[in-house]
Amino acid sequence: MTTAELMDYAEVVTRFDPVLGLEVHVELSTATKMFCGCSNQFGGEPNTNVCPTCLGLPGSLPVVNAVAIESAIRIGLALNCEIAEWCRFARKNYFYPDMPKNFQTSQYDEPIAFNGWLDVTLDDGTVVRVEIERAHMEEDTGKSLHVGGATGRIHGAEHSLLDYNRAGVPLIEIVTKTIEGTGERAPEVARAYVSTLRDLLKALDVSDVRMDQGSLRCDANVSLMERGATEFGTRTETKNVNSLRSVERAVRYEMTRQAALLADGGSILQETRHFEEASGTTRAGRRKETSEDYRYFPEPDLVPIAPSREWVEQLRGTLPEMPAERRKRIQAEWALTDLELRDLINAGAIDLVAATADAGAPPAEARSWWVSYLSQQANNQGVELGELAITPAQVARVIALVADGALTNKLARDVVDGVLAGEGEPDTVVETRGLKVVSDDSALFAAVDEALAAQPDVAGKIREGKHAAAGAIVGAVMKATKGQADAKRVRELILQRCGA
Amino acid sequence: MTELTRLTAADIAAKVAAKEVSAVEVTQAHLDRIAAVDHAVHAFLHVDTERALAAAKAVDDDVAAGRPAASPLAGVPLALKDVLTMQGAPTTCGSKILENWQPPYDATVTRRLLEAGVVILGKTNMDEFAMGSSTENSAYGPTRNPWDLDRIPGGSGGGSSAALAAFEAPLAIGTDTGGSIRQPGAVTGTVGVKPTYGTVSRFGLVAFSSSLDQAGPCARTVLDAALLHEVIAGHDPLDSTSIDAPVPPVVAAVREGATGDLKGVRVGVVTEFAGDGYETGVAAAFTAAVEQLRELGAEIIEVSCPSFDLALPAYYLIAPSEASSNLARFDAMRYGLRVGDDGTRSAEEVMSLTRAAGFGAEVKRRIMLGTYALSAGYYDAYYGSAQKVRTLIMRDFDAAFAKVDVLVSPTTPTTAFKIGERTADPMAMYRADLCTIPSNLAGNAALSVPCGLSDGLPVGLQIMSPALQDHRGYRVAAAYELARDAAQGGPLINRVPELEVVH
Ligand SMILES: [Zn+2]
Repeated sequence: MTTAELMDYAEVVTRFDPVLGLEVHVELSTATKMFCGCSNQFGGEPNTNVCPTCLGLPGSLPVVNAVAIESAIRIGLALNCEIAEWCRFARKNYFYPDMPKNFQTSQYDEPIAFNGWLDVTLDDGTVVRVEIERAHMEEDTGKSLHVGGATGRIHGAEHSLLDYNRAGVPLIEIVTKTIEGTGERAPEVARAYVSTLRDLLKALDVSDVRMDQGSLRCDANVSLMERGATEFGTRTETKNVNSLRSVERAVRYEMTRQAALLADGGSILQETRHFEEASGTTRAGRRKETSEDYRYFPEPDLVPIAPSREWVEQLRGTLPEMPAERRKRIQAEWALTDLELRDLINAGAIDLVAATADAGAPPAEARSWWVSYLSQQANNQGVELGELAITPAQVARVIALVADGALTNKLARDVVDGVLAGEGEPDTVVETRGLKVVSDDSALFAAVDEALAAQPDVAGKIREGKHAAAGAIVGAVMKATKGQADAKRVRELILQRCGA
Repeated sequence: MTELTRLTAADIAAKVAAKEVSAVEVTQAHLDRIAAVDHAVHAFLHVDTERALAAAKAVDDDVAAGRPAASPLAGVPLALKDVLTMQGAPTTCGSKILENWQPPYDATVTRRLLEAGVVILGKTNMDEFAMGSSTENSAYGPTRNPWDLDRIPGGSGGGSSAALAAFEAPLAIGTDTGGSIRQPGAVTGTVGVKPTYGTVSRFGLVAFSSSLDQAGPCARTVLDAALLHEVIAGHDPLDSTSIDAPVPPVVAAVREGATGDLKGVRVGVVTEFAGDGYETGVAAAFTAAVEQLRELGAEIIEVSCPSFDLALPAYYLIAPSEASSNLARFDAMRYGLRVGDDGTRSAEEVMSLTRAAGFGAEVKRRIMLGTYALSAGYYDAYYGSAQKVRTLIMRDFDAAFAKVDVLVSPTTPTTAFKIGERTADPMAMYRADLCTIPSNLAGNAALSVPCGLSDGLPVGLQIMSPALQDHRGYRVAAAYELARDAAQGGPLINRVPELEVVH
């Protein structure tokens, strides 16, 4: 690799227009696989969720999972797609050890959903409409584990292990039309699209959408064209993009890499590349000598799918409030400014705040907790806000305890710390850590008397009417009660004791 | 040969139920017959003596305990084509690539047979992956025709039909993709039925061409075929292409046909299936059979189905295309033969070496044909055109069945040819299925019933019926069978030469 391999990003976007195409694979969270009755559970012992059909044994036959079709249609509807009146599965033929039949049962020229769009809001509030070409159903392959060799890839490995638990897991592939005209914001658009799609799929409750576990996978097609050019450049397809951040980095990297090549008079090879998480770069996949001819033809073991219009409309009725609409509603209900809303969204807090409000907390309080203290804790732990070990209901309970006067704000933070540390429900933490506000005046009088006795000169000043001096005594009492007293009440008691 | 092996399936079941003979005795008689003659015929690839006798014993126990029979065929032995899976026995499909493969599950057909108390004797020989018309393409050596051991028993299901003609079993199961039940039936003087596509489950039938494959009954009489038909047919949720409809009433149709009256039945003679390429003896036997149908009261009408001439080329694009994909799974990764895995070769190399060593020439020829026909740039011209022809053939059938109740033709243009005679000429071999292929392409029902001899070799009469009207063909066949036997002085099958017996 030479140093001229990457072009400075600012220069890239002055000289080239990027064109994107995003293919997202979503594993559906159906109970069973796409074409057999095996459990569709992630993480089982290798080769335990298998049967003759998903192992492709001779004589076995597929039967379509009706729930998967339902999910596919709901996804299509949520993406504003048309739903096919009649469509088929096809066979995509190629040899690979982790594919039991050496063909993948997929949809080819007859996808179940097509011609849709998804509006994507960028960090600054700009809305970009991404056109959806199609959403189609297919089955996942098994997994290969290459043992030995330096790279963990099939090349150079000593041997390979195959796990077919994933073989036949239902997938929906969502393909965008080409995304043009996004200029320097292309990487951000790519990330925001995947993020928005993820939220939408989560709201539909059709998938776990865990990029880290592979239940949502993104392939990014990137090409550049000289500014003012009318023809698209050659594209590359980058795979192994396993997080939202990686989507953005991968697109950005490809833009700088391709720009450098093009500027150098070189040409782009149409190829599959792999994103390297550690370095933030992409590398070429193994080059094939011939271009793959998948010899698609209609799957003769399955009958066509013809969803009735009544059924489609019935499924449309099951669509939940879409995340974008929900945000608009929440903004109105909570009277948020655009900036406040965006902060909430960018912190990944909106759903958590809403759930906390649903659990009975005032929205403003809920927002304040998630955006400030809890965000800090997530930051400290290096996890997403939603991954913190506290539920919206627990946060709502803490807020209620503060409102009741049972906790001060400081104590409330201690309770939250306790919950995060796995010490149980907020009430349990209050109990075990002994964090209740000391509201018993007699207990406080004792502490006040003790403090006054310890600082007779200060006590004298107060008795002379210098009320400001009371602060020192308040501090001493708070220290003695480990902050569990209400400072305002302590002050009142001090003044009362001193007859001031 | 004991008398027990000469009985029809219906008679065996009746005698077992009446305790005149035990199922174990019947089964043992057939096992003995196999031991005595299969060295010459080679109908079986695998015989499971212990399991067969255990299954027979279970039937006898039912009879002894007074329990109702599991089916009208309880206790009757059967030979299963080695393309259907059965737990505890190998399924090879006549291929080296599946040598010793033991499937972990039963085909639906197998399960239905076992539940019906049918005694499965073993697995029968076949052309590799059901590709062929002579059983010469079996990796385990050819099966010989009991009528003349130098001749082929038809294919791909030559083993099943030869087992019937050699009295090694009264019943057999075949599979028919382009004629693999009917053509062997014709050349061995036995009955072979291809039911309507989708009426017999394909679950557990190792696929050759998924849109054409159909399992069906093989027997020595039309009634036996019908009884077996009703045991194996019926909707199966494990096969998406299975039709959720009642099984056509084929046994009742046979009983109706046995009255010998075909008045009001319109029989269409397909004019395209005559002339050049049809042996004189075959044409003569066919013409005589049509005359016999006329005498039984049927109205005979000539019908032209011009697209049928395109059936053979269309079939040799569709079937190999599907086969090229269906057979891709035989890659040494999970089961079956593995060649070249010496620790130095890649998975791709092992796949390639295994497929080179494990598949025979005809299978490779069809994989290449199909791969080519599906290739980018050729798909429309080949696979796409063939599918259009398929539609035309369906239309010809629809037009014909608007005028007639059933269509008839010779089952195959010639009688059994000599082993080795056509192996060097694939086109000559493919022509054996000229008359049988249209029904596979259209997915309707067709059967072959023996209709006389030509130079001492059996000739078959094919009767085709509309989809789900399988019973029409059975009725005509049953009436014809009765008249034929009356005219010819007894069942044709009794004229099969005695085989040399080893003790
Ligand atoms: Zn499975």
